[in-house]
Amino acid sequence: MAKLDSSLKNMVLSLSLISFVASAVLAVGFSLTKEPIIKAQQKKQQDAIHAVMPIKDAKIGEKVEIKLDGKPDAFIIYPALKDGEFAGAAIQTYSYEGYAGKIEVMVGLDKDGTISNYTVLAASETPGLGSKISEWFKTTKGNQDIRGKNPGKDNFIVKKDGGDFDAITASTISSRAFLSSIRSAFEAFKKYKEQK
Amino acid sequence: MNRLKILFNGILKENPIFVLLIGMCPTLATTTSAINALGMGLSTTFVLICSNIVIAALKNFIPDNVRIPAFVVIIASFVTIVQLVMEAYVPALYASLGIYIPLIVVNCLILARAEAFANKNTIFDSMFDGIGMGLGFTLALTILGGVREILGSGSLFNLKFIGDNDGILIFVLAPGAFITLGYIIALINSLSKKKS
Repeated sequence: MAKLDSSLKNMVLSLSLISFVASAVLAVGFSLTKEPIIKAQQKKQQDAIHAVMPIKDAKIGEKVEIKLDGKPDAFIIYPALKDGEFAGAAIQTYSYEGYAGKIEVMVGLDKDGTISNYTVLAASETPGLGSKISEWFKTTKGNQDIRGKNPGKDNFIVKKDGGDFDAITASTISSRAFLSSIRSAFEAFKKYKEQK
Repeated sequence: MNRLKILFNGILKENPIFVLLIGMCPTLATTTSAINALGMGLSTTFVLICSNIVIAALKNFIPDNVRIPAFVVIIASFVTIVQLVMEAYVPALYASLGIYIPLIVVNCLILARAEAFANKNTIFDSMFDGIGMGLGFTLALTILGGVREILGSGSLFNLKFIGDNDGILIFVLAPGAFITLGYIIALINSLSKKKS
């Protein structure tokens, strides 16, 4: 078959047909992957909650959203229940002060507010530098491990600013943002306990 | 025999990164680690093979004056499918490649092969060109990512072999990508000069 001429009719027909087929293929692709994508996101959320929970085999209670003064978004609290008793919580927290904008963190606190663990849910910090927040603050070395520390007693600020924790080498801004998100989580946790 | 030549043409003689120097944006941005580079290379390879096949099949149906928009629609559809599938089934890789997946659309390697090869050759030849160019791209990215990961983070494919803070930071950052790429190209040029 010879190549089609570039007449107006041919051009319109050809482009329309290609676009039509492309959108049909995309529609099918979208509807096929819709379910798995939602599932993958939920699984990530659930895994994060379980990973940071202060006690193993805790039952996760109804989530509660807590608003704080001066913070734009709500903090989400997933209470941990052991035999029906309140035993701590996983808190989805955030900070907008990261080097590349928002960072989202899931942090686990026991019922006194002592940190059990954390995991970074979303961050676009510099790879190899700020991205180290996902491991740095749970590595036993120097003054960088926040596990077992309590934001009510310890000073959750980087050493440079007069606090208790070592910032990541060459990533002070990311470290500040991370610690600030933990402080917010603790504030939300206190408010949640008062409300209960 | 001829098809074998097309295949190796993309991997060695006309390697898109080291020889043709096209598709630099994803090359420099996603090669912070070997695994990211490999993921990016394979996604691009998939898109390249599919778009080469489809464009070679439709080349007589697409009038010359509207060939670029037609190519872009076809390429963008495949990229979107890759993105949806990746988000659904390999969310970890999706999280680390993030914004660079949609940017495969504007990777000039793909449009260049569509324009320079698929638009003039048969379906089978175009498929082999896609495989060859794709593998060449993947190989180049993985080498670059591997070197940067070894020097910058002291690990390869996430296997650590030196301490946490002993990597040479600059190799993880953007300038490190340029430096590494420059040296690799110089090495390849001097080797190929010796041969001829």
